[in-house]
Amino acid sequence: MSKAKVATVWLDGCSGCHMSFLDMDERLAGLASKIDLVYSPLVDTKDFPEMADVTLVEGAVSSTDDLEKIRKVRAHTRILVSLGDCAVTSNVPAMRNRFPVQAVMDRAYRENAQLNPQTPAEVVPALLGKSIPVHEVVAVDVFIPGCPPSADTIHFAVSELLEGRVPDLSSRTRFGI
Amino acid sequence: MAAPVKVVTLCIDGRDVSGREGETVLEVARQSGIEIPTLCHMDGLEPVGACRLCLVEVTGQARLQPACVTQVSEGMQVATVTDRLRTYRRMILEMLFSERNHVCSVCVSNGHCELQDLAQSEGLTHIGLRYRYPTLSVDASHERYVIDHNRCVLCTRCVRVCDEIEGAHTWDVMARGIDSQVITDLAEPWGHSDSCTSCGKCVHVCPTGAIVEKGKSVAEMAKRAKFLPYLSMMREEW
Amino acid sequence: MTQLEDLQRIASEETERRQGCRHRLCVCIAAGCVSSHSDQVQASLTNEVKRRGLEGQVEVRPVGCMGLCSAGPLVQEETSGVLYQHVRQEDAAEILDSLDAKPVERLRCDSGQPFFRRQQKIVLENSGVINPHRIEDYIAAGGYEALVQALTSMKPMEVVEEVIRSGLRGRGGGGYPTGLKWSTVAKAGGDKKYVVCNADEGDPGAFMDRAVLESDPHRVLEGMAIAGYATGADMGYVYIRAEYPLAIAHLRTAIRQAKKMDLLGNSICGTRFNFDVELRLGAGAFVCGEETALIASIEGGRGQPRPRPPYPAQSGLWGKSTLINNVETFANIAPIIRRGGDWFASIGTAKSKGTKVFALAGKIRNTGLIEVPMGVTLREIVFDIGGGIPGGHRFKAVQTGGPSGGCIPEQHLDMPVDYDSLREIGSIMGSGGMIVIDETSSMVDVAKYFMEFCMSESCGKCIPCRVGTHHMHGLLEKILEGHASAADVAQLEALCDMVMHTSLCGLGITAPNPVLSTLRHFRGEYEGLLQPAGGNGHASPSPAGGA
Ligand SMILES: Cc1cc2nc3c(=O)[nH]c(=O)nc-3n(C[C@H](O)[C@H](O)[C@H](O)COP(=O)(O)O)c2cc1C
Ligand code: SF4
Ligand code: SF4
Ligand code: SF4
Ligand code: FES
Repeated sequence: MSKAKVATVWLDGCSGCHMSFLDMDERLAGLASKIDLVYSPLVDTKDFPEMADVTLVEGAVSSTDDLEKIRKVRAHTRILVSLGDCAVTSNVPAMRNRFPVQAVMDRAYRENAQLNPQTPAEVVPALLGKSIPVHEVVAVDVFIPGCPPSADTIHFAVSELLEGRVPDLSSRTRFGI
Repeated sequence: MAAPVKVVTLCIDGRDVSGREGETVLEVARQSGIEIPTLCHMDGLEPVGACRLCLVEVTGQARLQPACVTQVSEGMQVATVTDRLRTYRRMILEMLFSERNHVCSVCVSNGHCELQDLAQSEGLTHIGLRYRYPTLSVDASHERYVIDHNRCVLCTRCVRVCDEIEGAHTWDVMARGIDSQVITDLAEPWGHSDSCTSCGKCVHVCPTGAIVEKGKSVAEMAKRAKFLPYLSMMREEW
Repeated sequence: MTQLEDLQRIASEETERRQGCRHRLCVCIAAGCVSSHSDQVQASLTNEVKRRGLEGQVEVRPVGCMGLCSAGPLVQEETSGVLYQHVRQEDAAEILDSLDAKPVERLRCDSGQPFFRRQQKIVLENSGVINPHRIEDYIAAGGYEALVQALTSMKPMEVVEEVIRSGLRGRGGGGYPTGLKWSTVAKAGGDKKYVVCNADEGDPGAFMDRAVLESDPHRVLEGMAIAGYATGADMGYVYIRAEYPLAIAHLRTAIRQAKKMDLLGNSICGTRFNFDVELRLGAGAFVCGEETALIASIEGGRGQPRPRPPYPAQSGLWGKSTLINNVETFANIAPIIRRGGDWFASIGTAKSKGTKVFALAGKIRNTGLIEVPMGVTLREIVFDIGGGIPGGHRFKAVQTGGPSGGCIPEQHLDMPVDYDSLREIGSIMGSGGMIVIDETSSMVDVAKYFMEFCMSESCGKCIPCRVGTHHMHGLLEKILEGHASAADVAQLEALCDMVMHTSLCGLGITAPNPVLSTLRHFRGEYEGLLQPAGGNGHASPSPAGGA
């Protein structure tokens, strides 16, 4: 039996969900016999595969870059999983949503800058008007709330998906855990 | 002696249960170990039937009935869990999360919040409705407490406990529709309120992280809502 | 002490006085005509009569609404029936010149046109005929006869039975059988009961109740007093919106006059029946028309509904059994008592008796107030009475029931107008607003307009209505802006279903109706605005700076 192609993507999040993923520790080794980690900030591969079986997304959609990335990922993924509160609710990134983008940029790059205050025009991708949950941009198949979801929860969810089941997470995680 | 209490028998979720005449479906269900989700309801306060989470199906009634205000009657057939009710309850919760700014991970009530618990018990995994991201204020003018309107679900428990139990009527609701907001006195800063006795009852009946004690950090604000039935009971007995 | 004979004496004196005048010019002073300065017309006619020394021969009488508000100011010469439209104060001399000669052709309005001919008036029988400032005018038209008759020759239960026999249903929107409600209150125990007249009239485009109160206020007071007698209440309140200053003024005058003549107050007509009426002004919140919110408002609380049961008939104002009826419902009572329930029941259809007043508005030639028997077709109302669509445009739909109602398309135009037929096709009778829509309007836009109304009028107490109306409005906006996909329409429909089944009061329960009925009859218009289903149907989020 061929191994399932699993990818993880990091959008606007603190990387806590990926840390939690790594927290699976020795269970990762067990998973390794069933999955190929084909794309992830945790591995070196630069290109997203033609078709991943499962992609876990951490983070909200906050910039033009995030938007482009998630659309591409969606097109090349069978089961898309929103992992963690930022992907699911847009969580902390959304706390800027009550302010205009310009005000947010000024605060970050001018008012709070110690040296050489200037708003970046290149390299840093442009912010969207609001930080939004992944499912507001593309269809999402499975939601794993939690900030971050525990390693147990992630392990359970991935194992269930590999068995072809939709994981029932209601007793394992919630918003804000 | 008081008039004899009439006992009625009814059927809730296929179980035959009995209650006293005048009791609500919610009371009888809970006595029988059947859980119906509630948010605006609180034992010891006048029911308002506002959150609609406790709606149940009653055979022969065209409309769904709020269990917290619907009185039991002989032979009544009640269903508290159906696909339709489940869908509606989840939508109500989605509406609350989308209405104001809830960021559980940084909320002082994280882990002690009735809204969060309801989301979990009703299996709400995400919010399908667009978030509104309204601009709302936080009033920290009171010496000991804070009201954060970003977390308020307008259950009016604070309004009722302050009026009905404390007798101060510091809290009320202003404006209407989506602009509704709880206020202290005539929408003055809480710290300037002449009527507030600083009893803290509103803090402990508030189901969310909206009214909290000062100085609490993330997930530190546990509430003691159980004081209320106890207080009401003591008052009745004395 | 007023007896039947006293009324008859006042009536004949009044008739005599009137017949002393060779000509009687009736000038409409209801809100519609006043807004086009009929008060100035009345003043200049009165001055002209004085200047010519014709007092005693020509009476200039202020009257209530004649119905054809779009042609105002309206002036009618009573004896000849000649009707003038768009009259200005400069026209006074010419009109007076014409009295014993030929009518002023330039100003004539055809009073034989279908607009007038096709109507049947019970509620509005005195509107545009009597002077609303004078109780004698009302009495001369048979006013207060029914009250005196009920008090002196009928038992309260007989009055209730007469109303039951009439088949009258509430005109405030719900269509609840009036007699049944009266008998519930009559049978309720308690030391005190109340009668409340609901004159909150908050639907956009509706002005039936305003017109009745401005044109014939005594009729409503008489209905309330009869209700008080029938149910055992001795106190009545008229809950009226403060935005109706003219109606309020006319009601105040009427109450004062009725008290002076012992037709209200203690020992009415020398009997042991007491009934007082007071006004309570509302601040113009639509939800305060909902009966439990209205009660809270009269009690001095926040105007918010509460769950029913208990119904007001069981526990209403200050916990007492309370009868709440609409203005138009009360306006039907005196004729029913005077002429009998059977007479009333002979008008209309099997389940909807009597007549209904409608406020015609929108894309229609004759906008104004009409009264038609139940069971006429929409086609008759729109094309005969209403004169059809102006500007050569095609008819598209007629909206009834305001924000709680729905849109009725062309294929249902021949349907009889009654409570049940309207409900069957996804609208409601409502309180009587009728807005005609032509091909130039978007039905999605119409739905959004009403949703906007519900959203801003939601009291905010219950979550489905408070938040649901906001989201439904947002989705309608998104559809109109062309950013929506089929998934958004599905979500809109799910919200409609949820809000109508879970809201606390009628406002939320019916708020989805305009959307549901336009989706039902004009789905194509929604679909035409959607983005082609690209990929997963998700539309683009707004770029930086947007939203
Ligand atoms: C949101 C809402 C607004 C209402 N507004 C009015 C109103 O303006 N006038 C009215 O007579 N009834 C109104 N009603 C209906 C009243 O609640 C009540 O049913 C009615 O006054 C009863 O009188 P009826 O039986 O004579 O119709 C409204 C109901 C709702 C739910
Ligand atoms: S109030 Fe409750 S639901 Fe809202 S952010 Fe705080 S913990 Fe989460
Ligand atoms: S502040 Fe708390 S108790 Fe008061 S209405 Fe809001 S959520 Fe309810
Ligand atoms: S349905 Fe709307 S108006 Fe009625 S109680 Fe609920 S929020 Fe208030
Ligand atoms: S608990 Fe019954 S409506 Fe809120």
